[in-house]
Amino acid sequence: MSVDRHEITVTVNGTPYRRSVESRLLLSDFLRHDLLLAGTHVGCEHGVCGACTVIVDTAAVRSCLMFAAQADGLRITTVEGLAPDQDHLHPLQQSMRDCHGLQCGYCTPGILMTMKAFLDETPAPDEAQIREALSGNLCRCTGYQHIVEAMQLAAQRLRGSAT
Amino acid sequence: MKPAPFRYVAARSVEQALQLKAEYGDEARFLAGGQSLVPTMNFRLTQPAVLIDINPLNELAGIRNGGDRLRIGALTRYRSLERDPTIERKLPLIHEALPHIAHPQIRNRGTIGGNLAHADPASEMPAIVLTLGGRLHAQSAKGERWIEARNFFVGALTTALEADEMLTEIELPVAPADSGACFLEMSRRRGDFAIIGVACTVRLDTQRRCVEARIGLCNAGDGPVFAEEASRSLLGKQIGEREIAEAAALVQGAIDPGGSIHASKEYQRHIAGVLTTRALTTADERARHER
Repeated sequence: MSVDRHEITVTVNGTPYRRSVESRLLLSDFLRHDLLLAGTHVGCEHGVCGACTVIVDTAAVRSCLMFAAQADGLRITTVEGLAPDQDHLHPLQQSMRDCHGLQCGYCTPGILMTMKAFLDETPAPDEAQIREALSGNLCRCTGYQHIVEAMQLAAQRLRGSAT
Repeated sequence: MKPAPFRYVAARSVEQALQLKAEYGDEARFLAGGQSLVPTMNFRLTQPAVLIDINPLNELAGIRNGGDRLRIGALTRYRSLERDPTIERKLPLIHEALPHIAHPQIRNRGTIGGNLAHADPASEMPAIVLTLGGRLHAQSAKGERWIEARNFFVGALTTALEADEMLTEIELPVAPADSGACFLEMSRRRGDFAIIGVACTVRLDTQRRCVEARIGLCNAGDGPVFAEEASRSLLGKQIGEREIAEAAALVQGAIDPGGSIHASKEYQRHIAGVLTTRALTTADERARHER
């Protein structure tokens, strides 16, 4: 069987990329290997762990459950697109740092992207809503407590900066 | 793991997608949300020769209001159903069940049609569509037909769809004003597969006697289960503790759960009884409130 390839144009963190991809290439591998955006982590590759979560248009999705060929024409945001510049962190990242919301950091990019999409839609969440939104991301280090605290702080900071 | 090679086609029209499916039959799979199909491809449990991506077909998504029936396009994502006020008002059973269906990221991609065509016995939506007595619209290059939910789910991961057919639409009866619904599920963690899930609807007359009751379960057998005898047992009665206990016992007798390392069959049967009791109690209260 000859290799089935497709030309795609995809915008990642505001930059348009044109690439030829094999049809079976997962979006997660495309981001990491073809675009060298290795901030998106690959954990389970079957949609359970949430480490590979990216934002497609406005919704957080598992990039291991999409093919790169499907991303043609879409706008994608990865963890590399969060910080405004080299010297500053996004409020979500700063809050994770301030609250000790990570230890090994493997799950962190997925959690940040999940919570970015969530807080964009739900700027003033209560703790139960935060926990529900986090339910699709596994973290084996923190026990989630500090992540929840970080998200409460981040929500507060984001509301502050929006006014 | 990575999927085996396949040919990918982004469908340009329903006709083109159906033509390809007619050509390749079981060798081709439709790709909707991909939240069940892609994991099995990553494990190489599924190795389609051709993947027909129907995501570009916007005409397959959306909710259409038709009086006492509601039609939901197969490509409608759970995310849209969750945020749709019509679903909350007219199909409260689905609205209540949605947060139990996997996680937000999965619901952002997952579609109702993909889920129903996948026909996982542990999945919530097949049990709900069966409980509500819905019907499913199938289309092929040769023609189209409606399939009643009770005939659609044939067994575990098996439906009545032919190799050349696509599930395009789901039609469900709107909840009547004098009715109450309740969906309850037990799982190890929120979003995990159900150990047992119970869906029920109850309709009362002015004397608060039950004129219609429907009870269904997920992860309670080879496919979604409609507990017919238990549902019938409530007819003509005011629903009290004794009637509910009787229905719960009938449910326990009607199901055949598979058991797993997380929950034995006996435990699943026990939970089915507990959840049926609670769900019927709540549905009855809600129906009284509506009256």
